[in-house]
Amino acid sequence: MTKLYMARNPRAAARSLDGEMMIMSGRDSTLFTLNKTATILWQSADGATPLDEIVEKKICTEFDVEPTEALADAETLARELASHEILQISEAPITTQNPAAGEKR
Amino acid sequence: MKFGLPLPPFTTEVECLSVVIEIGGMPVRIQTSDPEFLRLLQDRYAGFVSAAAKVEIDLEVEIAQPKAADPDAEVEVNYRSGRWSLRRGDFQAEWEPAARRGWIRQTANPYSIDAVLRIVHTLVLARQGGFLLHSASAIRNGKAFLFAGVSEAGKTTISRLAPRDATLLTDEISYVRRRDGEYIAFGTPFTGELAKLGENVSAPISTLYLLAKGKENRIDPIGPGEAARSLLSNLLFFAKDEELVQSVFYSAFEFVKRVPVARLTFVPDQRVWELIG
Repeated sequence: MTKLYMARNPRAAARSLDGEMMIMSGRDSTLFTLNKTATILWQSADGATPLDEIVEKKICTEFDVEPTEALADAETLARELASHEILQISEAPITTQNPAAGEKR
Repeated sequence: MKFGLPLPPFTTEVECLSVVIEIGGMPVRIQTSDPEFLRLLQDRYAGFVSAAAKVEIDLEVEIAQPKAADPDAEVEVNYRSGRWSLRRGDFQAEWEPAARRGWIRQTANPYSIDAVLRIVHTLVLARQGGFLLHSASAIRNGKAFLFAGVSEAGKTTISRLAPRDATLLTDEISYVRRRDGEYIAFGTPFTGELAKLGENVSAPISTLYLLAKGKENRIDPIGPGEAARSLLSNLLFFAKDEELVQSVFYSAFEFVKRVPVARLTFVPDQRVWELIG
């Protein structure tokens, strides 16, 4: 099975406010407000941990969800955020940029 | 040896006329060789014409012949090689921030230059933590109040209902600058339905109200997330530039951290102003 890796795009602007994570695409100024699951994905997008591992260890332990369904949903979200250049996704680990950049608290 | 009549001069000296328009404390000199256009500017921006000798931006206007153009066309604002390029159906302009100079090619109308001024101000403000906001604003008791909302939210209505002791800054586009850790609202000549220029004065911002029409007058607090989202959705920003988009995004969060944001539900009569100031 192919692994999917995610890294935060440092060119996207992100800020957590009162528990809500908001991200703006630098490319098209689209504003996203992430729900709890999406926030976990965003915060875990370190470029090194595969998506299935993030879902298994951080989503399935936190929420009562079926792992296969949770992974499919997570992959859909990751691809959508990648289409707005908020996340970078790859089938290989992403090491070119500092994944911690792009977020201010 | 004489060859009849003297030859006409090869060049003609063109008198360069100018007016300084100061909005938000930022003097911008507009130069033109067209005296009628100069008069049009002086009338359009009456109250914002300044005697400042030192300006922050120089813009030269070249008056072009009218041609079919759609003034409602989407504006394009791009940055390349140290220069901003601004383009819409009815104008073309460039502005070089380092040199503080630019030019505009447009027909002799006030709408095109109005758009260019708004865009240039947003670009300058974005680097300074300020912004233009779709909101009415007014000063009362030395404090500024902003009333934000989309079209039909009530910006014009609340402006029209303002009592005598309130000074209207704008009924459409508010000008916000950050200075010494506080936010200041300035009057603007950018008008909405009221078609009345704001007063060219400023005051520290007390509250940003998000407008909603309802059956009673009331103020409700809102959470910081909703405040930031609402502010971002009402900001005027035109440039497709990642760095500036980030600046504007973080400026919005700084603003909601420092300025109270609340929802103002109102019925359209003057009693709403009893809650303000």
